[in-house]
Amino acid sequence: MSSSANKGRALPRAGSALPRAALPWALVTPALGWTLLFFVLPFIAMGFSSLTAHEGGAFTASNYSQFFTNPSYWQAMVNSLQVTAIVTVISVLLAYPFAWILAEQVPERWQRLALMLAVLPFWTSYVVRSYSWLLVLAQNGVVNRALTSSGLFAEPVQLANTRFATVTGFVHFFVMLLTLTIFANLKQLSPSYRKAAADLGAGPVRTFLHVVLPLTLPGIMVGAFLTFVLCIGDYITPQILGGNNELLMPQLVMMQIGRRGDFPLASALSIILMAVVTIAYLACARWLKIERA
Amino acid sequence: MRKVVRIASWLYALAVYAFIFLPVVVLVLFSLQATSFPIPPFTGPSLRWYDAVLSDTRLTSALVNSLLVASISSLAAVTLGFLCAWGFARFVLPGSGLLRGLITLPLTVSYLIIGMGLLVLFNWAGVPKSLLAAGIGHVVINLPLCFAIIYSQMGNHQINIERAARDLGAPEWKVLLLITVPVMAPAIFAGFFLSMTFSWDEFVISFLLTRFGTTLPVEIWNLLRSGLNPKTNAVGSLVFAVSIVLVVLFELTLLRRRKA
Repeated sequence: MSSSANKGRALPRAGSALPRAALPWALVTPALGWTLLFFVLPFIAMGFSSLTAHEGGAFTASNYSQFFTNPSYWQAMVNSLQVTAIVTVISVLLAYPFAWILAEQVPERWQRLALMLAVLPFWTSYVVRSYSWLLVLAQNGVVNRALTSSGLFAEPVQLANTRFATVTGFVHFFVMLLTLTIFANLKQLSPSYRKAAADLGAGPVRTFLHVVLPLTLPGIMVGAFLTFVLCIGDYITPQILGGNNELLMPQLVMMQIGRRGDFPLASALSIILMAVVTIAYLACARWLKIERA
Repeated sequence: MRKVVRIASWLYALAVYAFIFLPVVVLVLFSLQATSFPIPPFTGPSLRWYDAVLSDTRLTSALVNSLLVASISSLAAVTLGFLCAWGFARFVLPGSGLLRGLITLPLTVSYLIIGMGLLVLFNWAGVPKSLLAAGIGHVVINLPLCFAIIYSQMGNHQINIERAARDLGAPEWKVLLLITVPVMAPAIFAGFFLSMTFSWDEFVISFLLTRFGTTLPVEIWNLLRSGLNPKTNAVGSLVFAVSIVLVVLFELTLLRRRKA
């Protein structure tokens, strides 16, 4: 450490109580140490754990091979990917027009308020939000009451404890998140692009399709990727709203810990889940160039 | 044509607002239910379930635990994040890009996996499940956030003020406390506030790392086992109210700063 510390050249030049070269390291070491000790080390521990047998602790790769041979584990991954894909697509399709209306149709001085209102439930407890949807979708809840009393359905429809409920809960959360990011994106767009398009004879529809949409596409991709990552790793929403009718990956992981205390298998499944996210990241990395302002 | 777009926009926006607020309205409305099921028809208004929440010591002590964990872990995260951001912004360090990447890496990993890792590590090292363990996890998720916010706001123009202070003979700790911290106050505040809200709301890490005295989201989760219950509505509405107050306070402070 001392040899590399000597290279820590200070930009400001002034007298100081601490030796010059030690100060920068004294500043960054606590945070680095915390990350190494409580983020990197746990990850290594999880890696080791995933390669041991639940009974006896002998070295084995069976926790990983189980994932590929046991169809119910495999199915959880398929479910997770399907739900995440559906949620991401629906959320983007719902949020984009909404963000566009907030940015273009709402008068400037009301925009801040309109946006704040649109994301207010975003700040409430995640667990409570899922529970609220359970209330709405319950067998004799508000939606079913409206459906039966309007005569559309004679019997209440099974809405809670289905994939539909999980997707609804997720979409509710991610529409708010994506509205925030897409709104910011639309506001950053300089109005001169639109003026230029109009000067060149493009109508509003053409301007939108050929100028505004392509320019906001990178922002949409970043938002969609964020949705993907947060959605595929979430345990709360599928557990509360989907129930145990079909399992998603995070539910499968938690089940290994809760019911069976099988840390090695839970570790292996977590690592597989993380690998899938990493692959997804690499697959769309070229659309995810986050440029610094 | 223009008018059609306008009307369609209004209808669409109203529909999305309705979708966004539907669960919140149902939650709050049926927290005032007088009978024991939070489903239509509405029989209230009554405050009996709020009474039940406030006299439930498990919930009130979980609330205190949550506030404790949120404030202490956020303070730790913002302190570590600030010092680290200052170090990287003001000094040339070898491997700086790589190290900054390491600090922000936890942002890309889901809470479930961070919690799993800590559970395996603590289990192996013999650290018992406790609020402290959950707090450690909360610092892991919030430290990169605080670092990123504060680091991105450390511009070069602030260097000159610091330099002036040094030229006038201020020792390094005085520069830090009397110059850098006040100048960076908005970013520090934003980092602290965001950490507070994330920690206050965090479930899965606390669920994995605590056992008896636990945080509010975990205690609410335990309530869910009893099915739909107006008491859960009441505690959820209270949590919602606290979050709204925090967000409004945050907006007002930001607005005042911007005007000043």
